[in-house]
Amino acid sequence: MAVVPQTARPEGRSSSSFWTVARRDSLAGFLFIAPQLIGITLFVLIPLCLVFWYSLHEWNVLANTFSYTGATNYQMLLEDPNLPSVLGATAVFSAGLVIFNLSLALLLAVLLNQKLAGITIFRTLFFSPVVVSLVAWTIVWGFLLQKNGGINGVLLVFGIEGPNWLREPVTAMISVIVVQVFKNVGLNMILFLAALQGVPNELYEAARIDGAPRFKQFRRITLPLISPTILLTSIITIVGSLQVFAQIAVLTQGGPGLTTTVLVYYLYQQAFQFHFFGYGSTLSIMLFAIVVVLTFAQWQMRKRIVFYES
Amino acid sequence: MNYHRTLKSAVAALAVAVPLGLSPLAGGIANAQDAVNLRMTIWSANEAHLKLFNDIAAGFKKDHPNVAVTYESLPFETYTTALTTQIAGGNAPDMAWIFETAAYDFVNSGALFPLTDTLKATKGYNAEELSATAAERWTKDGKLYAYPFSTSPFAMFVNNDIIKAAGAKTPAEMIAAGQWTWENAIATASAVGKVPGKGGLIVRDFNYQTWQNLASVWNGWGASPWSADGKTCTMAEKPMVDALTFIHQAAFKNKAMPGPGESVDFFAGNAAMTITQISRASLLPKDKPFAWDLVPLPKGPAGDYALIGQAGVGVMQAGKNAKTAAEFVAYMTNPENSAKLSQFFPSARKSLLNAEVLKKTNPLLSQEQIDKVVISGIATGKVIPGHTGFAQIQQAVRSGLDAVWRPEANIPAALQQICGQIGPLLKR
Repeated sequence: MAVVPQTARPEGRSSSSFWTVARRDSLAGFLFIAPQLIGITLFVLIPLCLVFWYSLHEWNVLANTFSYTGATNYQMLLEDPNLPSVLGATAVFSAGLVIFNLSLALLLAVLLNQKLAGITIFRTLFFSPVVVSLVAWTIVWGFLLQKNGGINGVLLVFGIEGPNWLREPVTAMISVIVVQVFKNVGLNMILFLAALQGVPNELYEAARIDGAPRFKQFRRITLPLISPTILLTSIITIVGSLQVFAQIAVLTQGGPGLTTTVLVYYLYQQAFQFHFFGYGSTLSIMLFAIVVVLTFAQWQMRKRIVFYES
Repeated sequence: MNYHRTLKSAVAALAVAVPLGLSPLAGGIANAQDAVNLRMTIWSANEAHLKLFNDIAAGFKKDHPNVAVTYESLPFETYTTALTTQIAGGNAPDMAWIFETAAYDFVNSGALFPLTDTLKATKGYNAEELSATAAERWTKDGKLYAYPFSTSPFAMFVNNDIIKAAGAKTPAEMIAAGQWTWENAIATASAVGKVPGKGGLIVRDFNYQTWQNLASVWNGWGASPWSADGKTCTMAEKPMVDALTFIHQAAFKNKAMPGPGESVDFFAGNAAMTITQISRASLLPKDKPFAWDLVPLPKGPAGDYALIGQAGVGVMQAGKNAKTAAEFVAYMTNPENSAKLSQFFPSARKSLLNAEVLKKTNPLLSQEQIDKVVISGIATGKVIPGHTGFAQIQQAVRSGLDAVWRPEANIPAALQQICGQIGPLLKR
């Protein structure tokens, strides 16, 4: 009975031979990831290609002209007198943010990894800034950091005359780093907390029996076992630090001088304020290259610093 | 087999349905061509302003029933950025307000549709009465590219209550005695600024960033950031060094101006004086009013002077209905509507620059204030500094002036450095 339809309908037989189980599975797999693929293509890959295309052009938005200039924008990049200051500010901001954020997040996670009554309240308290609107958070900090603002008001109670936080080169950079750290430290703290809770208790018990002090336990047991999370949080934080914009725009507008003009803010100025979309695109390509290189370098380092990779 | 049959049926159905479906759509497009929707970007979200603009749009619709005008309020601080982003995204408005500082960029780039022919062809428009000084920045090769619908002088608002409480002389007393100079104005500001919690003189919206507003002070020294042809930096020349040294001492030595990062609100009754445009009279408090006054800017070492801010309205070349949009701008700024607009935006039309009209449109101001501040200011005032590529120059100067706004600043050296930065930009 099964042979009859095959001889009667050769077209159908050839069709079913094409749709093998493997091919059907592949199609199903592609269909499942299609929404994500379409999203990445539309909102990441195509814009990325377009940005590269724009970087080879001079685009005057007002005059509505778009002319091919080859590598001129890349030549400008090499000769831009402001770029060393901008890259310096970006490096200082990223380094400061990563060190302060990860250290504080880990410290908070260790402190909050205790079985005490009401500890959940503290965890919620430290995590809550993560869900607050970034701009609202920054505006409030802007008021607090004014010369006659809340922070200096508190310092004055103790007889200390506070600095002009957002107007001095050093304090301005510290201020934007601290505002950003307080905003997002809760996220890394939760990740560290989850990692800490995954460290088996038996290891600590064994260490205690062997007479290892607490700091040694932390260094020899905790840190190696949470190293995958350290890698993850450091990648997230570094990539995030290179994308900082709103805090700079609201708090300092890149000043004083160029001391807080980080790469993304500089890119925004060039493209959207000065209307140099071509050069702005070139800066975007540079930022993309920096992110790729840093992420790749961190990924390569995982074998040395991440416990399970060795 | 069923699968193939279903597929074929679906393709056939689409082949029939698509042309059928498109035909009513095509009809819809044909009908939509008759209806014209114009969009104007503005930086005001004031209800009274919007009501007036909508009334004007309704008036235009009477003669042009197919034209609908909508207004899109963009944030004041990032207005030009938002506008150019819309243009870059292929979503240019039909009409746009333009700041006086960005005027050169818009006029010289060819982004705007020339208005002169449309204005001249509009019955009863009387384009000749627009003052040539007011139109200068918005004109290129004899053609007007944007209409300066607002020409608003900068003046000094005064809080007489806190000046008297500080035991200082009020500006009115100094004017009466012929002593209304910057030296004396700062002495009064200093007396109030030394009272805890109070501020002396505030150059509104300056905030140690929008430095072009300081023209309301440095024009008194005859200073200017660049030469009249815009090609040479003059920031390091003596008038500017003297003027900025004076401002620096007022802020850092005499406590006459709030320093960087300090915020004091004049309209909340916390400062002696503020320099701003007269349209800000609407901010004067109604609940807890104080004895206020409006006086001209003090005399500087270079004599009397005035400063005006402008706003223009232009038609974007990139818009699909530029000609109709130009007709709307002509209607919006005709003598009748200009008179209505002047209650918020002082007009540069000569027929509206008289005490009788201005008294009606500015009921808060006295006859004397209108004569001495508004009419005289518009007639003699220089427009706030502007230049092609202003955003980049503004940023470079702002960044350079950060070195001036420090207690131990070397002002001549900082200004020399600024000239080094903006010199090449000015020559472009």
